[in-house]
Amino acid sequence: MNTHKRTILTPEGVTFALPLAGPVSRSLAWMIDAACILACFQVGRVLIGLLGIISHDISSAVSIFIFFVLRTGYAMALEWFWQGQTVGKRVLGLRVMDVNGLRLQPSQIVIRNLLRAVDSLPLFYLLGGAVCLISRQSQRLGDLAANTMVIKIGKAFEPDLDLILEKNRYNSLRAYPHLTARLRQQVSPEEAGVALQALMRRDEFQPEARVTLFDEIAGHFKSKVAFPQETLEGVSDEQYVRNVVDVLFKADV
Amino acid sequence: MIIDLKKFIATERPFWNELDRMLLLNERDPYRRLPFDEIKRLHYLYQRASSDLSKISTFSAERAINAYLESLVGRAYAMIHAGRQEAVRFSFWCWFWGTFPRTFRRRWRAFALSLAIMVAGSLFGGGAIVWDPHAKAVLMPFEHLQMDPADRVAMEESAERDRMRGAKSSFSAFLMTHNTRVSIFVLALGMTWGIGTVLLLYSNGVMLGAVAADYIRAGQGLFLTGWLLPHGAVEIPSILLAGQAGLLLAGAMIGRRSALPFGARLREVVPDVVTLISGVAVMLIWAGIVEAFFSQYHAPVLPYEVKIAFGVIELALLAAFLRLSGRSEVKPMSWRRIRGWITLGRLKH
Repeated sequence: MNTHKRTILTPEGVTFALPLAGPVSRSLAWMIDAACILACFQVGRVLIGLLGIISHDISSAVSIFIFFVLRTGYAMALEWFWQGQTVGKRVLGLRVMDVNGLRLQPSQIVIRNLLRAVDSLPLFYLLGGAVCLISRQSQRLGDLAANTMVIKIGKAFEPDLDLILEKNRYNSLRAYPHLTARLRQQVSPEEAGVALQALMRRDEFQPEARVTLFDEIAGHFKSKVAFPQETLEGVSDEQYVRNVVDVLFKADV
Repeated sequence: MIIDLKKFIATERPFWNELDRMLLLNERDPYRRLPFDEIKRLHYLYQRASSDLSKISTFSAERAINAYLESLVGRAYAMIHAGRQEAVRFSFWCWFWGTFPRTFRRRWRAFALSLAIMVAGSLFGGGAIVWDPHAKAVLMPFEHLQMDPADRVAMEESAERDRMRGAKSSFSAFLMTHNTRVSIFVLALGMTWGIGTVLLLYSNGVMLGAVAADYIRAGQGLFLTGWLLPHGAVEIPSILLAGQAGLLLAGAMIGRRSALPFGARLREVVPDVVTLISGVAVMLIWAGIVEAFFSQYHAPVLPYEVKIAFGVIELALLAAFLRLSGRSEVKPMSWRRIRGWITLGRLKH
């Protein structure tokens, strides 16, 4: 079964993980590409039809040829010029990469697309999809032969900490720097990340679920470091978590 | 310890943006040569981003920045460790006259096996027709091959009009694309550990042998040779080369007598497989033209001796090309070398 991520260890000793695209997103991308091929062919046919004025035979020949070139060469050409992407893959945020994280070579692009002839057996990429499901890196036969994989490109954005932690807002926990220092020491990055994610996604929760969630998170942090009672009076669980995250992620006020 | 995320991002963001810009520039033009200073700067930025990724993974579980840095480091890693010494632009003539025949000769064992499989099929097909003529319906399931050979020849030779008139080009295009698709299929089935490739080669051989036996038994060997040889001299070797490529893939899948892991075995053969199938595509363009514009004409319009001589010359040239071409290796010239020569030429004058 695929592990959803491909982890690569660089010679510098740094590990980075690339999220793998599954068969569903890949097949959706291919459907978009199939529509593009068809659209290009229809446009081409209209232009080629003008050749029919000279010779119907030549027009027909060019039409057969163009369709073959489009069907075979569309993905190869785009994956080469767009660094592993086609129109469908761009729309769905996917990219073809070498399995070791290196640059794609032309022979890899060619062979992975030629082997669609087998991956599409018996119908609609059933064989390729089945291989993709059981492969650890979600590879179809063409990817196995070419040593490639398809990854999801993450959208990079910087979390708007000012939105979460209102500027210049009074934080009662900061009145006890020794306790906040102990809190910073005892809270792990994973725990801090959970709290930050909960605040960033608060609007996505149902009200009851939000109350329960922040109650649990606040309870967890309170068990690590006990602040004086006056800092907690009138402070809701969500506000307490907001104060904790402010202390953890913004070292200097 | 949890890092001050805002300060961390504010300090490092300019470096990430600079690295992103450099990567984008090089991704747009893979043949661009970097000046030495730029290489040093790229390497520094890559190492800095790697260090930042390490810090953010260890001291902060902030997913968005982590994902962004993983993507950035991944792209920089791919570029720095690509391992290509000099970007050389593809030259079709150097590839066709050099790389393609050399690849064929280097992988001759797979070709020999491909040939042996097809010959075995032919012997079976021919033998089946000789011993049991009723097998024709099974072995040659095409309407135009079910006719009695003598009747077929009489029909072709007495034809009063050119039945290919107004359709030669489209027929030629159809043949090129159809045969190329079949060749790609033969290659692709190499991923079934060669089982599919062997079956297709064998079945092609069976049909070829059956047709040959049928026509020779009917005393129409001359017609058959004149009909098939002009385009068959290139088309049949093309299928054999596609089989060669498929068997190379199969060999990598099986990995007998190889200490390399699966991925490495495939990485080793894939460039040769792609070279062979590309050569097949070029050959099938020629075969398609010959089949549509030449092979379909028979005596008295075109004497069989002329067609057979044409086919024999084609076969001899093909054999000479695959055997002899590219023996003195000519490397494709890089633009840097050409520019150097031009500069040298100008200095001399």
